[in-house]
Amino acid sequence: MTKFSLLDHESVPKHEIMSEGELKSVLSKYSIEKEQLPKIKVQDPVSKEIGAVIGDVVKITRKSQTAGEAEYYRLVIE
Amino acid sequence: MANVPPIPKRIASIKFGLMSPKEIRKMSATPIITADTYDDDGFPIDMGLMDTKLGVIDPGLRCKTCSGRAGECPGHFGHIELVAPVVHVGFNKVIRKLLRATCRKCSRILLEPAQKQHFLDQLTGIEEIGHMPDDLINEAYKEASKIKTCPYCNEEQLEIKFEKPSEYLENGEKLTPTEIRDRFENVPDEDIRVIGMDPKNARPEWMILTVLPVPPVTVRPSITLESGQRSEDDLTHKLVDIIRINQRFQENREAGAPQLIIEDLWELLQYHVTTFFDNSVSGIPPARHRSGRPLKTLSQRLKGKEGRFRGSLSGKRVNFSARTVISPDPNLSINEVGVPMPIARTLTMPAVVTPRNIEQLKIYVRNGEDIHPGANYVLRSDGRRIKVTNMNKEDLAEKLEFGWVVERQLKDGDIVLFNRQPSLHKMSIMAHSVKVLPNKTFRLNPAVCPPYNADFDGDEMNMHALQTEESRAEAKILMQVQENILSPRFGGPIIGGIHDHISGLFLLTRFENQIPAHDAYDILRKSSARSLPTPAGYDSNGKPYWTGKQIFSQILPKNLNTQFAAQVCSHCDTCKKEECPNDAYVVIRDGELIAGTIDEAAIGAFKGKIQDRIIKEIGPEAGSRFVDNMTMLAIRSIMRTGLSFGIADEDIPKEARIQINEVLGKAEDAVQNLIKSYQNKELEPLPGRTLDETIEMSIMQKLGKARDETGNIADSHMGLENPAVIMARSGARGSILNLTQMAACVGQQAVRGERIRRGYAGRTLPHFEEGDLGSDAHGFVKASYKSGLNPTEYFFHAIGGREGLVDTAVRTSQSGYLQRRLVNALQDLEVQYDLTVRDTRGVLVQFKFGEDGINPTKSDFSKPDTIHRIVRSVVNKEVA
Repeated sequence: MTKFSLLDHESVPKHEIMSEGELKSVLSKYSIEKEQLPKIKVQDPVSKEIGAVIGDVVKITRKSQTAGEAEYYRLVIE
Repeated sequence: MANVPPIPKRIASIKFGLMSPKEIRKMSATPIITADTYDDDGFPIDMGLMDTKLGVIDPGLRCKTCSGRAGECPGHFGHIELVAPVVHVGFNKVIRKLLRATCRKCSRILLEPAQKQHFLDQLTGIEEIGHMPDDLINEAYKEASKIKTCPYCNEEQLEIKFEKPSEYLENGEKLTPTEIRDRFENVPDEDIRVIGMDPKNARPEWMILTVLPVPPVTVRPSITLESGQRSEDDLTHKLVDIIRINQRFQENREAGAPQLIIEDLWELLQYHVTTFFDNSVSGIPPARHRSGRPLKTLSQRLKGKEGRFRGSLSGKRVNFSARTVISPDPNLSINEVGVPMPIARTLTMPAVVTPRNIEQLKIYVRNGEDIHPGANYVLRSDGRRIKVTNMNKEDLAEKLEFGWVVERQLKDGDIVLFNRQPSLHKMSIMAHSVKVLPNKTFRLNPAVCPPYNADFDGDEMNMHALQTEESRAEAKILMQVQENILSPRFGGPIIGGIHDHISGLFLLTRFENQIPAHDAYDILRKSSARSLPTPAGYDSNGKPYWTGKQIFSQILPKNLNTQFAAQVCSHCDTCKKEECPNDAYVVIRDGELIAGTIDEAAIGAFKGKIQDRIIKEIGPEAGSRFVDNMTMLAIRSIMRTGLSFGIADEDIPKEARIQINEVLGKAEDAVQNLIKSYQNKELEPLPGRTLDETIEMSIMQKLGKARDETGNIADSHMGLENPAVIMARSGARGSILNLTQMAACVGQQAVRGERIRRGYAGRTLPHFEEGDLGSDAHGFVKASYKSGLNPTEYFFHAIGGREGLVDTAVRTSQSGYLQRRLVNALQDLEVQYDLTVRDTRGVLVQFKFGEDGINPTKSDFSKPDTIHRIVRSVVNKEVA
């Protein structure tokens, strides 16, 4: 039986692991440390699917009722 | 200057921990031995519960520990030496978990050294991130409780059962608090760190009390009743019980009483100490007063809505506030509030005496308390507060010096906060300017009722007089009514014309009318318009007349341009815009009303396009001035025309009556046919529904259609001269449904969406047969309100009406709880200057406010209309 990818589901937005450079520009844009980002657990099904490890930052692009599309960043923890 | 406040200090850190018996004894001012409180003279006994070493409440006495007087002394703790240790009821859960997780012989925690180290490392990791280690600690407890044999001393562990409220059974045998304490005393320090406690601040054996701290006298003051007797506080009563049992216990133990008695007394002592801390512990009877009501002990003082946190800290009663009934005053500006004279004379504002206002303040002080505006108190530089009386007012006025503070009475123009509860949104509290008026009610302009959700059927509102210059400035800039005309909920105005305002302007501006000079000046009297334009024409006598539209245009700002459909618009397929035969398309050019009728769509509270445009294009002061002028103009115009509703306005001609009866008769026949076919099993069920559901749905459909048809018949016979139709069409109040129910037919009553079912077995009332499915038997009211309802119809109407009242009441409490939860979750979040939303720690919640960075208040009913307008005004073409 083929495995159904979670990211194919309608309700799950696009999740990507960010590179060092991207991460640095985002952190400096909001003048924050990594720990001040919203969090996502490493055991989260989507984290497992994209292969994130603790300390990575995931970029999520999701549809928004007010702005069409919006970006959200999450630090992978524990 | 005395009373200089001390240097403010910043709190560096707060630590939570347990108190060791040593600490309790150290901080205590005296051991408490006797249960008696006062002796025969009314003087507190030494070593008793009301000992003066613990603090004073009597104004005469002085505290023995710090020699302060009743107001100064904060009270000091005492202690009671308990004869036998007792479990502290608040720590029951922790004690149980710890007993399960430690060995019964060597008291070490039941984890392998490797596991222990692992937990310790993870703990430090989590604490660094700043997360709560609760989950990790629970995991540690669970792991430890699973192990049945101690890895260090190889002792078998037995099962620990917990009986409420504070009994512990190990394998059926009771575990006394002394035994528990001994076990805990042997737990080494590193093991304690694994379960999340810092051994310096919280050793587990301190959870079993050997010394009970006694709260100071100021925490449990006694009250003197009118009869002269002293009534003791509930906590004092509880402490008396504890001391008595303690004494009895000691006597019995020394006298060598049998084991059973000792155990009983120990249990009783445990019960008293438990109820002292928490009287609502489940499983034990609450301690009661002699009168039967349960005592209010320590945890009840803190819990719940009336407790310390929600009732005394997050919300308090304040000074400089006032509350009365409100009544309308259309002659006030929306920014003003009418304050009754008695309130203005009692509330005061502090005014510091400076060279610029000393003369004015001298006049106030000379007026004294009786002549408004006067002064009530004078604060001297040394801090002494002097009441201004008729005797000393002249004297004080002379002696006024710079730097003194005069508490002057509230006068016109002062900024106050005005509020109506429940305060569900930020517009429930707004800043108004005071206008002192005679009589005893607060007055406000009716146009400002919608944000407060106030009506004048007996509502009361609160007013707060702001004391400092800072707060007055903030209120005036941020909270004034004119700043809050637009609501953040939907981007449109929430203040505007209601009821009579809309009817008045509708009657004034509909079609062309001729208003002579005298009337025109009369209507415009109170607005800020200063002159009339050239008359629209001259009547038969050669006297000039103006149209209502011209008069309305006098209050519009000169640079206003807009067009929209009015409320009376009948939504024809092709809009004829300016040429509309119903005069239903409003066109305003350069501040002149060229065409269209002014009604709810133009100046109403929730839909008013005109005040919306004015605020967004010109500014809030112009907006508030327009609303003020509009209310005064509308009221005067309806006073000129007059609008009233009488019972004759519900009359319809006889032919209409006959038609309506025909329609209703046909509907009833149709219903009977449906029922017959249902009983003969000939009815075809709708797809996906049972037969019963189908018949109900079809019957309700038929009856609903019948009522609407009767409504149309009545409507066709009532035109725009009927006041109910005027109010319904213009959007002032009511709808066509109201008129239908009054004149034609009330319709089907419903409970939970269905026809009335409940009542007797198989039928609603004994007037009907069992199994009767007809329209009359289940709540269809054929009559109109004017003709009157028959008894069964009336009863069904009461049933349907009652449901409405009940669910209003339930809805308010449910939405109140939801609002409380939302507010508690959101109140610490703040939008930063870079448009991110962060909480107090700096942690990000949203990367851009609302994901789009747009302020909904300024957003034009949440539509991108501004862009279209700009394009239209520049290029004169429409853009998608």
